[in-house]
Amino acid sequence: MPDQSTLLRVEHLRKVYESTNGDVEAIGDISFTMRSGELVCIVGPSGCGKTTLLKCLAGLLRPTSGLVEMDGTPVTGPSPAMAVVFQEYGRSLYPWLTVRGNVELPLRHKRLSRPARDKLVTDAIEAVGLAHAARSHPWQLSGGMQQRVAIARAIAYQPEVLIMDEPFAAVDAQTRADLEDLVRELHTTRKISVLFVTHDIDESVYLGERVLVLSASPTWVQEDLTVDLPPERDQITTRALPRFTDLRTHVYDQIQRAKRGQTVAP
Amino acid sequence: MTTHTGRIGYRSSPGWRLGRRVAAGFLYPLGLPFLLLVIWGLASSSSTNRFFPGPVTIFEAFRETWVGPAFVDDVLPSLYRLALGIAASIVIGIAAGTLIGLFQWLRELLEPLLEFFRAIPPPVLIPVVMLLLGITDTMKVVVIVSGAVWPILLNTIDGVRATDSVMSETADSFQITWWERLRFLVLPAASPRIMTGVRQGLSVALILMVISEMFASSAGLGYRIAYFQRNYLIAEMWSGILLLGLVGVLLAATFGVVERRVLRWYHGIREVNRA
Repeated sequence: MPDQSTLLRVEHLRKVYESTNGDVEAIGDISFTMRSGELVCIVGPSGCGKTTLLKCLAGLLRPTSGLVEMDGTPVTGPSPAMAVVFQEYGRSLYPWLTVRGNVELPLRHKRLSRPARDKLVTDAIEAVGLAHAARSHPWQLSGGMQQRVAIARAIAYQPEVLIMDEPFAAVDAQTRADLEDLVRELHTTRKISVLFVTHDIDESVYLGERVLVLSASPTWVQEDLTVDLPPERDQITTRALPRFTDLRTHVYDQIQRAKRGQTVAP
Repeated sequence: MTTHTGRIGYRSSPGWRLGRRVAAGFLYPLGLPFLLLVIWGLASSSSTNRFFPGPVTIFEAFRETWVGPAFVDDVLPSLYRLALGIAASIVIGIAAGTLIGLFQWLRELLEPLLEFFRAIPPPVLIPVVMLLLGITDTMKVVVIVSGAVWPILLNTIDGVRATDSVMSETADSFQITWWERLRFLVLPAASPRIMTGVRQGLSVALILMVISEMFASSAGLGYRIAYFQRNYLIAEMWSGILLLGLVGVLLAATFGVVERRVLRWYHGIREVNRA
């Protein structure tokens, strides 16, 4: 009997890339569920198929077998219930559109009145702190600000879940901390469900309410860890908590074991 | 250390910099043509070769030949056909290029055919088109299009095919509609290539405008120049060539204005990357 508030359900997801040099099994067998309003981080060793998993979830790639269900409906293609924030912000935003134009583009085909659409756009741009830059073009902004635009575009789309693919891998450490806090803030104030893929262990523990540790390829979920840190998080105090250190050490160990292949598939 | 002294040498007083700006903006582009005119004037004043008259003679011929009824009878119709030919080339080139670029099966179907037709020098089509359409404006416009459309078409195909994969995935994930995709992703992304094609198409169009009028025609810029040549009206002939040059410059300037507007984002990115 599935939980009433189950948002995303993944069952025995498997993805094999077929090529002339033989098939490559990127994802072995992944199953997990995500409740509405959760912030779940997915972390795993490099090359474990995180991006592949995410594309399967977002309906951009067809899994070889298994099931992805969103609100009880199977996902067979891109869905209005999901919005993706890509790692390569420079190639995900359209340089010929302004910040506002970029945020507005996905809303054009939604049946919204002009004022309602404008309000969503303005609201999303304000939420990421870019009200002053709405008329700029993305390339006039720093990397961190560009990724804020991508986040604004995703939240203006009003998805049920925000899927983020290593979104802060290409920005510097200080900007990354600011963006992490932005994601936390959007999650708590707007009750947005977030699925956050990262290779950064500290980031996964700092951001997540749950951390899914993936094994090396062919991938399965090695551990589903609940992060029992207080919901109010702060870059300095949270990261200084003994519990934070315990958790990150634990995840780190798990990933080291995954890399060495010391774990056994279920 | 060396880099620092280099910088100090480059930075100079405001007055000097303003002087340099004026020189760069005004004197540099106009200085050399002026100098050449002077040299030409001096050289031709001591020459007796009647095929190379001096600038003053040519300017006089220019005024007498082109200012007046000839402008309405010869120049305007030529420019009209040129404009029509360019417009048709751009529309056909971009529309067909986008479709061919988007659909692989269409590309595979048409590629050999396109290679073949592109290889045909457009002037040889003039007699054929003349037979089919008669000596009409349409025939001249068709000749212009038959040459100018290729660079636009081929560049559009390449530009459309090269749409960035992440940008496409973004459009997919947000379920952007087909038209929105075309209008907000495919065409803007291809626009730098399209503009390169248009620039090449413009010079081809000008050449073909002249050539289409040199064959069986009774009016137009190309016809006039050929007429002057056959009748040994050398100064008038040169004035026609001068006018063609001016049309070319005007065309390039107009293109420059449009290009800067359309590709503002593109030049902006390049500037940011250079900084």
